[in-house]
Amino acid sequence: MSGGVNSFHVSGYGPEKAGWTRVFARDSLARRLDWPILLSALVLSLLGSLLVYSATRNRTELNQGDPYYFLVRHWLNTGIGLALMIGAVWLGHRALRTAVPLLYGASVFLILLVLTPLGSTINGAHSWIKLPGGFSLQPSEFVKITIILGMAMLLAARVDAGDKPYPDHRTVLQALGLAVVPMLIVMLMPDLGSVMVMVIIVLGVLLASGASNRWVFGLLGAGAIGAVTVWQLGVLDEYQINRFAAFANPELDPAGVGYNTNQARIAIGSGGLTGSGLFQGSQTTGQFVPEQQTDFVFTVAGEELGFVGGALIIALLGVILWRACRIARDTTDLYGTVVAAGIVAWFAFQSFENIGMTLGIMPVTGLPLPFVSYGGSSMFAVWLAVGLLQSIRLQRPLSA
Amino acid sequence: MTNIPETGRSPRVQIRLVVIQVLVLSLLGTLGGRLWYLQIREGDQYAKEASGNHVQQVVQPAVRGSILDARGVPLADNETRLVVSASRTDLLKMKDDGKAVLTKLADVLGMTSEEVMAKVRLCDAETPQPCWNGSPYQPIPITDEATPKQALQIRERAEDFPGITAEPQALRRYPSPGKANTAQVLGYLSPVTDEEIQKAQDTSSPYLRSDMVGRSGLERQYDKQLRGKAGVTRYEVDNLGRVIGKAQSDPAQPGANLVTSIDARVQRIAEYELNEAMKAARKVHDHNTNRNYEADSGAVIVMEAKTGRVVAMASNPTYDPNAWVGGISAKDYAALTGKKSNYPLLNRAIQGQSAPGSIFKVIPTAAAINAGYSFEGPYNCSSSYSIGGQVFKNFESQNHGPISLGRALEVSCDTVFYRLSHEEWKRDGGNKPKKNPDDWFYKTAHQFGLGEETGIDLPNEVSGRVPDRQWKLDYWEANKDAWCKTGKKDGSYVERIAYENCLEGNRLRAGDSVNYSIGQGDTLVTPIQMATIYAALSNGGTLYDPTVGKAVISPDGKTVTEIEPRAQGKLPMSKKTLGQIDAALEGVATRGTAAWRFGGWPQDEIPMHAKTGTAEVHGKQTTSWFATYTEDYSIVMTISQGGTGSGASGPAVRNIYNALYGVSEDGEIDKKKALLPTPQKTLPKVTTDGTIKSPKISKDPAKDRATTSPSPDAQATTPQDGQDGTADQQQAATVPSPEIGNRDTRRRERRRGGGPRRGDGRPRRRAHHGRGGTGTRRTAA
Repeated sequence: MSGGVNSFHVSGYGPEKAGWTRVFARDSLARRLDWPILLSALVLSLLGSLLVYSATRNRTELNQGDPYYFLVRHWLNTGIGLALMIGAVWLGHRALRTAVPLLYGASVFLILLVLTPLGSTINGAHSWIKLPGGFSLQPSEFVKITIILGMAMLLAARVDAGDKPYPDHRTVLQALGLAVVPMLIVMLMPDLGSVMVMVIIVLGVLLASGASNRWVFGLLGAGAIGAVTVWQLGVLDEYQINRFAAFANPELDPAGVGYNTNQARIAIGSGGLTGSGLFQGSQTTGQFVPEQQTDFVFTVAGEELGFVGGALIIALLGVILWRACRIARDTTDLYGTVVAAGIVAWFAFQSFENIGMTLGIMPVTGLPLPFVSYGGSSMFAVWLAVGLLQSIRLQRPLSA
Repeated sequence: MTNIPETGRSPRVQIRLVVIQVLVLSLLGTLGGRLWYLQIREGDQYAKEASGNHVQQVVQPAVRGSILDARGVPLADNETRLVVSASRTDLLKMKDDGKAVLTKLADVLGMTSEEVMAKVRLCDAETPQPCWNGSPYQPIPITDEATPKQALQIRERAEDFPGITAEPQALRRYPSPGKANTAQVLGYLSPVTDEEIQKAQDTSSPYLRSDMVGRSGLERQYDKQLRGKAGVTRYEVDNLGRVIGKAQSDPAQPGANLVTSIDARVQRIAEYELNEAMKAARKVHDHNTNRNYEADSGAVIVMEAKTGRVVAMASNPTYDPNAWVGGISAKDYAALTGKKSNYPLLNRAIQGQSAPGSIFKVIPTAAAINAGYSFEGPYNCSSSYSIGGQVFKNFESQNHGPISLGRALEVSCDTVFYRLSHEEWKRDGGNKPKKNPDDWFYKTAHQFGLGEETGIDLPNEVSGRVPDRQWKLDYWEANKDAWCKTGKKDGSYVERIAYENCLEGNRLRAGDSVNYSIGQGDTLVTPIQMATIYAALSNGGTLYDPTVGKAVISPDGKTVTEIEPRAQGKLPMSKKTLGQIDAALEGVATRGTAAWRFGGWPQDEIPMHAKTGTAEVHGKQTTSWFATYTEDYSIVMTISQGGTGSGASGPAVRNIYNALYGVSEDGEIDKKKALLPTPQKTLPKVTTDGTIKSPKISKDPAKDRATTSPSPDAQATTPQDGQDGTADQQQAATVPSPEIGNRDTRRRERRRGGGPRRGDGRPRRRAHHGRGGTGTRRTAA
């Protein structure tokens, strides 16, 4: 991320004032910020901290004896995320545009680092870098952003310059190449969930860029063929195949692979309309759902806050996505549109997959729920994305 | 928001953005719908599942009821032992699956770590014993013989031994009172399997994970009554089993006690005498096979003649039932189930079947009367009987001339029965049978209860076999393919038999009926069937379902459910015939084939009836059978590959009678020494608190007798005979072959020393002295 600071000196184009002025021009900034997105993201993060706390306060083997360990860290992550958002807004997505090659290079370097002995394995995916002080970094979260930014930069360049109405085939190929390299590396980890998210991001970006229909449908077809090939070649680890098998039939092995799915469904199902009350869920207190503070955090909401709480989370995500779509549609340049659309594809799919797997309508993969799940890298990435969305909105010409 | 400025972008992108928006919102809608479905529509169902999820049952096992003998002496009870067990669930949560902890534990217990690991693994098709075949969620016992010191070590350093507990537990114990082992009758326990739990789930007595289940014998037959009801405490727990909620508990209810008709003393004597008889038989030379008798197995039953209750039931080879307590070791299991051990788990009294030989003859006798023959005859007891060139010889080719059926029983004349059976076979049409043949000889056998189980209250009884026409046909159907394939007209003996069987095995042949008439051929009976029949001959003709259980007494002693003797039928003969057969069997004991075994018996006071049997088995040595009865008891003994009926089994049976009635070797009756001159009628006394009074029992009733009646002509006397109850000196003298049997010598054999003794040492020494020193016998008492 250090590349972003350097990029500050490189002036972008457009009607840009000095950074300081922009931040302190309060009345205009306050009016132009997208408050629904910001507030929804904040509420989700705070709600997430309570759910994470509920899930971890009794897990002494995880929280090192401190029931507030995860709560405090979730707040800390949210705080850093907010700071990252402010940074992104301050720099502006267009300023970042020039730094994209650097950011992209840095993120690819980091995911390559994961494959070296510096990387470590958590829950079957070798996708982490252990940092000193008990922190760990999951670079694939940041790759999602750099893919969006990189592809948007390539695809929008000639269109925004007014050369062409749509990106041509060569540009699309270049953009695809840019996305495929990190995706292949992440697949080696193997972090199938992140790869799936990236595929959706690529599709969303291509759609929004106005690339030819042939590319969109061609990619869909290639994706299907690729999935079958991956399956046939046995590239998948056994645990991944088992997760799919358990998805197809959760009764298959209730003590093993199907355990997560079953327990998650029991937790959510038992919540009823209003839930058992925060910190009152027996499934949560009894720690029957594994990974409940991260990938399965939605089950805490389902059990303790019931349908009301679960629907609230979905609604808040809906607000963010709705506003993000509006931002994509309302911005003046294709670059902003494509970035916003990529973020929409990312958030939408990741939320759907995460909540869907706890509800038993999607197979289990290790993906966090944006803002809610505990996890630093994910939190930073989604807040950075919020910053990008805000920045795109701020670039929009004033309506008044 | 309404004043959206021109974006200058193409409509294609605008349309696609709308598509994306619609897609995204429909995804969110899907999530909402699914959430509603799970939480609102199916919510109750999942709430139920969730509550089942986190309730854990902690089971306090019920104390299993005792099994008592007729006087209240416990044959199976419980003792408190320090049991060290390991929780698999806890061990598997450790990084190394608990290996480190188990190794440490092995150190403390003085076992090897391999031993300990083997104990906690789960049994499956490929895992040999030792392994745990109970529920994987129940703590697995590693040892039940921990010393208090070891238990203390484990409990004081609990943090070093996560998942390991050391607690006192009530464990089954088979105390073998008076050395009465009673193993096969009692049976054994082993942990309930998952399959059984599922099967019994919806019945009135479901199993709990911790239950031990009776696997054979009385433990199995009366499992429901003995088991009691385990106490259950329900805790709310988390996924690691840590208690997070309130408890609710049902206290354990101990199991009921079972009083049996077994008398531990008589049982001990029966076991001892059987074992001695077999050991003695192994010293006797078999002229037919030119080697000593193998006496590989045997059984003896002492039955109350008027009720069918079993006073003693011994099967040999035997085993120590305590081997099963607390999980059986690999070595013990191999020893109990291996071929080399000759299957000691089998209760040969009800599961051993073989041709009965001449003790069968009461059946053709009754059959002949039913078929219209007269008892008096006379019938020619020739030295042989031939059918179409095939010669069937009398035993030892004796010729007794024309005799009655009664005398035929006494001298066990085969040819009389050959002739009668053959005549009946011819009357039924011979090789071209009538449409509805009378089959008197077979019908009568069925009426005697043969070919079906007696219905004794012990599991896995076998039925024996009456080789009648139907059976022949069924058997032929099942085997003809193999026979016709291997059979050769001019081949070896076996091939020729197969050839014959292939051709006409479906028909009852003349030879079949002849062999059958003396309990040979394909006839199979169990000792319990014969004991039931001879008891019926004693009691006036009533066939009882034999029983071992006598009463079930509730743990508080307030409810006593008696198990009444149940008649299952009548012997198919008139009172007159019964009397004639009775007289003939008395004749067997006084002047017939068993007479030399009952020399000096007080026949006037205790009329003895007997029948000997020596059954031939193809490829093996003869089976010894001895069936006897008095007014109150019927005793049947059999020894496989043991020699002749009276030869191998005679002395043992006589010794059992001696003990029952207190008869000395020269025929004097000492009522004080009689263990059980009349059957035990009353049940043991139950005190108000539910405990059952148990009389004292001497250390080894057999030893009491052995020390008081040694035989002077014993060879190789071993002074240290006492420890395991396998004295040699007594029996060596009592199994001479009939040829050298000398009644006078035998009558002088025994002497009576002092009364029954407690200790082993002193009396034994004296007995040895008396034997070796003077060789005289004094009739004391």
